[in-house]
Amino acid sequence: MDYSEKVMDHFANPRNVGALENANGVGEVGNAKCGDIMKIYLDIRDGVIVDVKFKTFGCGAAVATSSMATEMIKGKRVEEALELTNKAVVDALDGLPPAKVHCSVLAEEAVKAAVADYYIRRGETPPEAAMPKGCGGHCATCDGH
Amino acid sequence: MSTRYIYADNAATTRPDEEAVLAMLPYLREGFGNPSSLYSLGRQAHEGLEEARAQVATCLGAQPNEIYFTASGSEADNWALWGVARQKAKKGHHIVSSKIEHHAILHTLQRLEKEGWEVTYLDVDGEGFIDPAAFEAALRPDTVLATIMFANNEVGTLQPIKQLASIAHDHGILFHTDAVQAVGHVPINVAELGVDLLSLSGHKFHAPKGIGALYVRRSVLLPSFINGGGQERGKRAGTENVAGAVAMAAALKKACAEMDTEMPRIAALRDSLCQQILTNIPRTRLNGPADSSRRLPGNLNVSVDCVEGESIVLLMDMKGVAVSTGSACSTGSLDPSHVLLALGLKAETAHGSVRISLDKENTEEDADYIFRALESTTQRLRAMSPLWEEPRS
Ligand SMILES: Cc1ncc(COP(=O)(O)O)c(C=O)c1O
Repeated sequence: MDYSEKVMDHFANPRNVGALENANGVGEVGNAKCGDIMKIYLDIRDGVIVDVKFKTFGCGAAVATSSMATEMIKGKRVEEALELTNKAVVDALDGLPPAKVHCSVLAEEAVKAAVADYYIRRGETPPEAAMPKGCGGHCATCDGH
Repeated sequence: MSTRYIYADNAATTRPDEEAVLAMLPYLREGFGNPSSLYSLGRQAHEGLEEARAQVATCLGAQPNEIYFTASGSEADNWALWGVARQKAKKGHHIVSSKIEHHAILHTLQRLEKEGWEVTYLDVDGEGFIDPAAFEAALRPDTVLATIMFANNEVGTLQPIKQLASIAHDHGILFHTDAVQAVGHVPINVAELGVDLLSLSGHKFHAPKGIGALYVRRSVLLPSFINGGGQERGKRAGTENVAGAVAMAAALKKACAEMDTEMPRIAALRDSLCQQILTNIPRTRLNGPADSSRRLPGNLNVSVDCVEGESIVLLMDMKGVAVSTGSACSTGSLDPSHVLLALGLKAETAHGSVRISLDKENTEEDADYIFRALESTTQRLRAMSPLWEEPRS
């Protein structure tokens, strides 16, 4: 398996691991059957992500993409976080083996799911960008990546 | 980071024995001749090759002219299935196999299916065993071949090959066994077993990679697989891998000589490591046979709840331990091991599987270190797993 040094670094020393007791947006995607689940916790104040944590069940790439995605949205405004793409996560990790690209899709979806939850908790309709567009954690749709 | 490195993936490949390496060196240096050449350099190479064949035959209870060298276990498997299918096509187009065979068998069978063959893939029980009654029931008048692996590479299940071969013969059906994981690890005598064809591979018992063999009982006619020169009695063309064959013979001789003392020791080491894991790491389970006598001596396969196998393998590697997993993520596909699924494991349990394959080089200290590495790896991955909840005491 060809993992870049960055992937191995984020796998061996993942940033932002854990849960947030006072999270006001939580998103979970994937399922155990497929072998990956990502759960992202957001603490959003005045529209800014002041803290973020994650828990992931999955392979090296799943852990590394979760770690990188949380780093990329920390301190950002919610709207900016919604612009995070799986490709940006892959690039920031200096690439992923083709069979692992679905992990980055899952990371993007997890961020969006957490932001959508933040809107829902506030009684607001989540923006279009927060709606899951890809697999939503269903294995079959990942097959093509 | 650890300076210690424990190799515990001996089902993947093994370290070549010093005896095997030393045996092959003369054939890579001054004895480099082509065994087909008439002059002395060629004759010496020919002699080395034939001594190797005789040695392999002796270890298996076969005759030398029943041993054909191949480049791998996969080639031996491909040849056995394709060859019998080709030879017996007039009699019928049905083959009986199992759901837990190696891909060298499964993919060859799938290809035959595309060419009009019918294959019955037998189910196995929760420990990977084939039911002999179900085996017999699957045999039909148009069945020409049964192929059942001797020992499973993932969970170590040892099939009742002697019994299955005898049932096949009662019905006039040829019996092949993929014994790649078994040869050099458990006693094997082809005459006693009654098998017609048997595949083996040198690198699984401390010979180098790139050499294997197919045993073909004398009475079985097998068409040539690779066409060209008259090597391997006209059945498998290509200038022979003399050095590889000599090394394989040396490694097999050693393995067979040491088997009686080494295998019980390895099995005991495996059993105690297994106990240590199952009692001390919560929510782990053994995959494959619980009865240690019906399992490859060095094979241990456990599932660890709430963590994923590739992550275990990567973290164990950082601690200096080489093991493998049946998780999908390790294979590049999205499905976990077909073997673990055939045993009835849920996909999520299969994703968290770790295979530890011990061998003669492993010690008690190794086993202890492997246990501690697995324990700390599990704790670390569970701490970041959304599925894991700390047990409340
Ligand atoms: C059961 C079984 N059959 C066949 C093979 C293929 O052997 P080789 O690697 O020599 O082609 C292997 C090796 O992984 C195996 O474990």
